[in-house]
Amino acid sequence: MRLLTCKQFLQELNDYLDETLDPKMRADLQRHVEECPNCWVVCDTTQKTLRVFKGMEAQPIPGEIHSRLMAALEKRMRDDPRSLCRRKTEV
Amino acid sequence: MSVWLLDWRVTLRVSTSSTIPGFDESALVVRAKAGDMEAFSDLVSHYERRVFRMAKQITQNDDDASDVLQETFLKAYTHLDDFQGNSKFYTWLVRIAVNEALMKLRKRRSDRTVPLDEPIDTGEDEVAREIAVWDQNPEDSYSRDELARILDESIQSLKPAYRTVFILRDIEEMSIEETAEALGLSISAVKSRLLRARLQLREKLTRQFKRKGDDAFAYL
Repeated sequence: MRLLTCKQFLQELNDYLDETLDPKMRADLQRHVEECPNCWVVCDTTQKTLRVFKGMEAQPIPGEIHSRLMAALEKRMRDDPRSLCRRKTEV
Repeated sequence: MSVWLLDWRVTLRVSTSSTIPGFDESALVVRAKAGDMEAFSDLVSHYERRVFRMAKQITQNDDDASDVLQETFLKAYTHLDDFQGNSKFYTWLVRIAVNEALMKLRKRRSDRTVPLDEPIDTGEDEVAREIAVWDQNPEDSYSRDELARILDESIQSLKPAYRTVFILRDIEEMSIEETAEALGLSISAVKSRLLRARLQLREKLTRQFKRKGDDAFAYL
């Protein structure tokens, strides 16, 4: 079994977290993280960092921005109806 | 030849919810491509929040994000025939939005090179300076608004080159390959930037969330 340095562990951290490593490399990293308290903390807090960002829900957009978007779309659909119905008329 | 009648006076349905009951992206895209305005409206309602959030995170500005949001859906409407369905519709939408957002950044920083072309650290100096366990789950310790503010400030402190990769990969949950394609970067560049982004965010959040007892200087 290969002994990794902390630097090597950090370089592989992404693939370790994303679970895209081959089993051999994953086992090496697993062994390192179990034996190195600092890397365990870095790994754990990076996982938590990703989790907290992934859990961030997109908030409703301000009403005026939504209204502006819908008004612009309605205008485009009126001005340029062919872009969506061209296929039908060409049949 | 079939006759296709559309009432262009129809007003797009204004939805305040981001969730369409029984939302089926593929079916809506097929209907929208056939000219069904309501289907396109449903796609807009379903994705507008995420597109706006992404645009705001990249541009860091409400006005620019609003412009990006509008341009993204107008372009999606105009070029819907070009969408071949080889990727998810949302991935295609994200590509448009990212390009629009980066154009905003480029215009704003006209005295600088394109943000994504900035020299990137090689990673040789990747170190973890803040090594401390977190107090508890941030979700339990902070209100939703307060947590959102902390996350926003953290992500906005990243360089655009790192920020954009992180947003696509870890917030929009695109694959490494999709992120690389959307940004015109190599796979290795995406991986390198993503690692830097993740480690930098971890550092920033650790300063915020670390367990106080673990910090020798916490009581000074």
